[in-house]
Amino acid sequence: MAEELPGRDVQADVTGGDALPAAGQPLLRIEGVAKRFGTFRAVDGVSLDIKSGEFFALLGPSGCGKTTLLRMLAGFEAPDEGHILLGGKDIAQALPHERPINMMFQNYALFPHLSVRDNIAFGLKRAGMARAEIATRVAEMVALVKLEGLEKRKPDQLSGGQRQRVALARALARRPQLLLLDEPLAALDKKLRESTQGELMELQRRLGMTFIIVTHDQEEAMTMASRIGVMKAGKLAQVASPRELYEAPRSRWIAEFVGDINLFDGETKLRDGHRLVIGTRDAGALVVAEPREPLGTGKFAVAIRPEKVKLSRRAPVSEAGRETAINLLDGVIADICYLGGTTTYKVKLDSGGMLQASVVNSARLDVDAYSLNQHVVAWFTPDDCVVLPS
Amino acid sequence: MRKVSRLSRFNIASLALGLAFLYLPILILVLYSFNASRLVTVWGGWSLRWYREFFKDRAMIEAAWMSLRVAVSSATIATLLGTLAAVALSRGERFRGRTLFSGMLYAPLVMPEVITGLSLLLLFVALNAERGFWTVTIAHTTLTMCFVAVVVQSRLGSLDRSLEEAAMDLGCNPVRAFMAVTLPLIAPAIVAGWMLAFTLSLDDLVIASFTTGPGSATLPIRIYSEVRLGVKPEINAICTLVIALIAVVIVIASLASKLSSSQGESAAPL
Repeated sequence: MAEELPGRDVQADVTGGDALPAAGQPLLRIEGVAKRFGTFRAVDGVSLDIKSGEFFALLGPSGCGKTTLLRMLAGFEAPDEGHILLGGKDIAQALPHERPINMMFQNYALFPHLSVRDNIAFGLKRAGMARAEIATRVAEMVALVKLEGLEKRKPDQLSGGQRQRVALARALARRPQLLLLDEPLAALDKKLRESTQGELMELQRRLGMTFIIVTHDQEEAMTMASRIGVMKAGKLAQVASPRELYEAPRSRWIAEFVGDINLFDGETKLRDGHRLVIGTRDAGALVVAEPREPLGTGKFAVAIRPEKVKLSRRAPVSEAGRETAINLLDGVIADICYLGGTTTYKVKLDSGGMLQASVVNSARLDVDAYSLNQHVVAWFTPDDCVVLPS
Repeated sequence: MRKVSRLSRFNIASLALGLAFLYLPILILVLYSFNASRLVTVWGGWSLRWYREFFKDRAMIEAAWMSLRVAVSSATIATLLGTLAAVALSRGERFRGRTLFSGMLYAPLVMPEVITGLSLLLLFVALNAERGFWTVTIAHTTLTMCFVAVVVQSRLGSLDRSLEEAAMDLGCNPVRAFMAVTLPLIAPAIVAGWMLAFTLSLDDLVIASFTTGPGSATLPIRIYSEVRLGVKPEINAICTLVIALIAVVIVIASLASKLSSSQGESAAPL
């Protein structure tokens, strides 16, 4: 990281950045944005604030409208309803070339007839920058993405990872106020993807730029973003930090979409201070912690992540009096899935249901491993459960 | 290994047969164009006599010049119109009846030339247009425009739309994005389309004979009328020259499409 960092103060020289927001104001405000294709509502009333310097991820299954939303930010689609305010200025109907926003395309969209250098310089030339200045900026960008020595190559003479870097450098060259990344790592293999994730995060921190990434890969979103917006059927289902999204999903759908989860449907049976007892069909009565917003009564689902479930051969002996607060479920091992770092056991509960438990393989030898059809006790605390409206 | 080599010997044989089927007649024509004898089918030794005859034949030279002018101008107009049509059909907003339009654009590909020629003749007569260079040029433009459109449109279809979007994202308005990115990338297809239009116009007999007027015969018309009176060895010489010209054009066209495929995208179909 010997190269000089491009400073924030020179950001505005290309894109006419008079629109930088005052402190505390969001950089980007999306207000009730909707887009229809025919009768299909691709984006259906999305409102969202993005702070300056944030790394935000739009996460969702394919067809949820996340790419359409991103394309509206870039200017390739015009919203049918709502406003998009960048630094307080409505840009909803502005054309792509009129916005201080750049985008990194999913397939990179590098110009095949131009060299790496000319690809990166493309946007600078359109901005009417002086030749010498363009050369300096291109050299800076090439160093930033570590592509030294490849400036004269054409895109088809580069590897996938190198192409990804050129695309990134090209999008960053104009120093946009906002960088949009459409599935930027989807075309890379797993190892390269992981290292590139780290580099992207590091770059974003150093440049202090605002990134919005679109991805269907929840691990990618969790790793990189400081905040995640989960989209479902054109609507934002939840906007939260990765941890909150995982540990306190707002709905059953989000709980199932993000990570693995055990779900048990049931009804409230008993309220005991901060504890609720929910009678479930598949796992009997479960003691859970009451969520912050009181639930009332009715049908609920108890959700528990597999890694929160502990397994043991006998019921755990705990300090006196605490036993009642623990959910103990008897069962037999029905399926074993060895994943290297962890092993996922499927436990057939005596009460009828199935429970997934993920156990860290902390010892190299399999002394702690369970075998098929072995009787086990699965247990978890009330605080490890999330109660979701059914 | 032996089996493979036997197979490939069979392949070589079939390739040779196929090529002979295609090129033997042409080869004989070229050979006989250097024949010294007045009789077409009797070999009388090597000579350039018939080439000299051709260059002395004013009427034939005029016809060749007419054909060349028609081919160049109709190919140029057809390339312009065909490219515009292809761009409009593959890049424009979806409009009502777009499928119908693209279907209609390609109809002349399969239309019998007699019908195209006759309908154009009727049009020119109705308009009371004097038939000659321009009527043939317009007719050939009609014939070849759809070929250009097909070639250019297939190239546009293989181009990633996001290239234009990237250009716009990086500060180009739509027109500049087209000029800076799309046009250089489809240029090989446009060149190939022009070449195709040029050769089609050069060898067309049917439409030209419908739409030309007295005193402005194209080379194929001229050759055809000469041949009806008996094949003169001079015709062989002319045909050899035409073959040479078309060979050059085809080599350039395939080089152009090779250039386009070396840019990482699929080549124009030629």
